[in-house]
Amino acid sequence: MIVAEQKPLDEVYEFAKKYKKVLIMGCGTCVTVCMAGGEKEVGIVANQLRLKAKENGDDFVVDEHTITRQCDKEFFDEETARKIKAADAVVSMACGVGVQYSAEVFPDMLVYPGLNTKFFGTNVEQGVWAERCAGCGECVVGDFGGVCPISRCSKSIMNGPCGGSSDGTCEINPDVDCAWQLIYDRMDKLGKLDELEKNQPIKDWSTARDGGPRTVKRDDVKL
Amino acid sequence: MSQEPLIIAFCCHYCAFTAADLAGTMRQQYPTNTRIVRLPCTGKVDANMLLQAFVDGADGVMVAGCEEGSCHFIQGNLRAIKRVTYAKDLLAETGINPERLEMYHIAASQGPLFAKTSKEFVEKIAGLIEEDKMSLKEETPETSGEKT
Amino acid sequence: MSDTELKSGSNLEKLLAKGEFVFTGELGPPKSADVELVKKKAEFLKGAVDAVNITDNQTAIVRMSSIAAGLIALQCGLEPVIQITCRDRNRLAMQADVLGAYALGLKNILCLSGDHQCFGNHPTAKNVYDIDSMQLISMLKQMRDDKKFACGDDIRQGKKGPVVEPKIFIGAAANPFGGPIAYRPIRLAKKVAAGADFIQTQCIYDMDRFKKWMQEVVKKGLHEKTAILAGITPLKSVRMAEYMRDNVAGMTVPDHLIERMKNAENPSEEGEKIAIEQVQEMKEIEGVKGVHFMAIEAEKTVKDFAKKAGLLPRPEV
Repeated sequence: MIVAEQKPLDEVYEFAKKYKKVLIMGCGTCVTVCMAGGEKEVGIVANQLRLKAKENGDDFVVDEHTITRQCDKEFFDEETARKIKAADAVVSMACGVGVQYSAEVFPDMLVYPGLNTKFFGTNVEQGVWAERCAGCGECVVGDFGGVCPISRCSKSIMNGPCGGSSDGTCEINPDVDCAWQLIYDRMDKLGKLDELEKNQPIKDWSTARDGGPRTVKRDDVKL
Repeated sequence: MSQEPLIIAFCCHYCAFTAADLAGTMRQQYPTNTRIVRLPCTGKVDANMLLQAFVDGADGVMVAGCEEGSCHFIQGNLRAIKRVTYAKDLLAETGINPERLEMYHIAASQGPLFAKTSKEFVEKIAGLIEEDKMSLKEETPETSGEKT
Repeated sequence: MSDTELKSGSNLEKLLAKGEFVFTGELGPPKSADVELVKKKAEFLKGAVDAVNITDNQTAIVRMSSIAAGLIALQCGLEPVIQITCRDRNRLAMQADVLGAYALGLKNILCLSGDHQCFGNHPTAKNVYDIDSMQLISMLKQMRDDKKFACGDDIRQGKKGPVVEPKIFIGAAANPFGGPIAYRPIRLAKKVAAGADFIQTQCIYDMDRFKKWMQEVVKKGLHEKTAILAGITPLKSVRMAEYMRDNVAGMTVPDHLIERMKNAENPSEEGEKIAIEQVQEMKEIEGVKGVHFMAIEAEKTVKDFAKKAGLLPRPEV
């Protein structure tokens, strides 16, 4: 899933207070699962804004609304359109995709991000999310025992580990696993250590963001 | 006593709510500012519920659950502690003194403790409101002085 | 060996080819454009070492570029080893710099991953890591031996232009003590296969573990394909020894050395004595072709050390 975190309230407040009526719009998919921008968090941020407005003597109305997905046109239904049009500005509590797509669907509306989108990751334990994919466009995980060196090594080293690997942790922080220790351990367990003896060639980054904004096209499903 | 400050007390059915009842039966006096909301367990508390109380006009909010280790649902009260802590941070972000929200542990048999706790909490909140008013007064002359 | 058989003809390569026990040093460029400081440091090192590493934004702190400082060192009569990290440049910049370095007469390049930028004075920087140190080694080898850029194009200006490839002596680093310990000799083998002509190790204090690592290296026959230079940094104080042990990733300092430092009347002298003993010991270890001496920000002590360690005068080529 896409993992995000809420922006500091002050940042959202500075935006919201410029308008008479602000809609806080949640997203019911990834950011609901990572507890950053779902219906519940929309309620909290809306109430925080209301309380702060009262404290500061500012006067604006905060409305709340959450849809299943802000990255899909079909979920912007009539009720959503009505609520968006009734507002002067929208704070989208979706990931960066949802924020932009909301703005695309409603070109006349000011859409402000309520979250900081962090990464593609997983919920490793209750309350902890960790990065697992960098979206490089050409998955290499198969060569590394199911551990991605691009997203999980601090230096994206394809022929690791660097000299900074110590007791299974990364030089940048003892709380960060050394991806190459994980790769080594997995390959050892799988009896495939010999595969780590081959030099991985220079990676083609043109499939990643470095190649420019990406699109995927499928003629078989196009209308 | 006046109806200010307005206090909302979220009380667990198995302990603090029964204690409040007992306080009444025992003829223990406590301020009438406290409005009790009965919950099946303080584990029902979530952060937004607490914020909502403030949005709807509460001056202070107390959450009263079982003593640690004696929750009817095993750890509902422990979850409540975490959520109250989180809600305090949320309040602080809005500029509201997080001390306006507190968590207490009161067993079903502790009627007098419930009376004492709610009395003290009402007094504390009244004090905080006074402080806020005072600091507002102090701020005003300073800003006018800057123009010179 | 005649010059035509050499890969680069660098002083370092020639000495290694002759079978000399080489002694390399390090020169940290200044955190300013202070040419005089580079010259001063170069003067300290002149005649004391066979080649000198010019660090590349070491510990992710911005300094004078390694190529620029390397050229000054060259003009002062030293032979530089230009360090290149994968942190700050992509493959375009690296290849351009390698052509430039070679054009300026710089013949040795050491390929490094580089410390993460979070350790330096620009922790908010974006890092590059387009390619890793292993891939950098192969890229340099391809440029030198196949006379082709990483993309496969010939190293020439236009179709009729002459092919002028950078004849570089390629170095790499190795940390015998990093994790996973069992994989370290394999990773060295990968670097040798990629094209590393010489290896400079992380500084060594735990001689027993280093010897074990060298046994693995010799068993794999790697010592015959690459020249291993053992890294040595004298301990200056008990605090430094403990810091190295506790805070530097992959570094071990054995207890008996820390005890020796603690019991010494003059810990700095004791550290030097330990390092001199290490140099002697290194000469006896099969496969070790020299010592890489890292006197961190203490270039002026190198000549004195080399003298005490019986490494002077340095051989001529």
